[in-house]
Amino acid sequence: MTRPTPGAQLDLAGTLVGIRRMAPLSLFVIVFGLAFGVAALSRGLSGLEAVLMSALVFAGASQFAALELWGPQIPLLPLIAITFAINARHLLMGAAIQPWLAHLPARQRYASVVLMSDSNWAMAAADYRSGATNVGMLVGGGIALWLAWVLGTLLGVAFGSGIEQPERFGLDVIMGCFLLAMLVGGQRDLGMLLPWAAAALAALAAMAWLPPHAHVIVGALAGGLAGLLLPSRGETPS
Amino acid sequence: MSLPTTLAGTLAALVIMALVTYLTRSGGVFIMSRLPIGPRVERFINAMAGSVLVAVITPMAVQGDWGARLALVATLVVMLATRRPLPAILAGILTAALWRLW
Repeated sequence: MTRPTPGAQLDLAGTLVGIRRMAPLSLFVIVFGLAFGVAALSRGLSGLEAVLMSALVFAGASQFAALELWGPQIPLLPLIAITFAINARHLLMGAAIQPWLAHLPARQRYASVVLMSDSNWAMAAADYRSGATNVGMLVGGGIALWLAWVLGTLLGVAFGSGIEQPERFGLDVIMGCFLLAMLVGGQRDLGMLLPWAAAALAALAAMAWLPPHAHVIVGALAGGLAGLLLPSRGETPS
Repeated sequence: MSLPTTLAGTLAALVIMALVTYLTRSGGVFIMSRLPIGPRVERFINAMAGSVLVAVITPMAVQGDWGARLALVATLVVMLATRRPLPAILAGILTAALWRLW
């Protein structure tokens, strides 16, 4: 495993730099956290539960999607499947920077991805490509985003509890609009319309004929399979 | 199989979600140090990531009222035009609110 690539290290100074570089973006994350707090309350979670979910899970899209399952009972299998499917992109993100993290001791390596999410990964991956050896962007950026996400949720819970009839103000559609914005924003490849159409049709069929909540798993798998039909685009050697 | 939404049940659900999410965060690093993810697997994961969002949104569009549907349309339009999620989401919320207060 010894390759002539530049090494990598993790230290406090680099982590602090990472926090500082992520600070501007974190301000926006506070607003998203606020929206999540309001949405969570409107789905019947307590304020404590909403803040705990943000602190423990720290993955916006899957948290919003999980709210859809909340009721008197939480169906376990759909919850696991949704969380895994939405966050499965982390697998690719982690794989992409693995050669970099491989220089760290195993304990640091697996600790440094605890707070990996889209924006701090993107900036860290750019650092890696430019030959930087400090992994602080991944860890520090993650800390900044985590603080903002939890603080935002806290604010949302504090404000949101005063709002009665959230649907009067359109707050019940936050989830759907957030997920749709994430969907469109992360993608500029028109070819994705094929798997997405397959996912929508499969989800509709599952809603009509299968037990409640099965539509998410069925739709995700149908979309993934449809994705295999797409032409492989340029075989990017990573 | 499901958990009751008592505090203990909810806590269990949150811990499970957190573990599954950490599994995805560490899994790529773990797998890659043993075998590379091939292009077919990558395409499947890429397509699945968006598809699960589509599958979650679909019932809202189908079963929701016109306020919800127009909110999705507004979000889509603003997102395509500006590529900025915050204005897009605000446009959606505002659309639903205006439609229902009308």
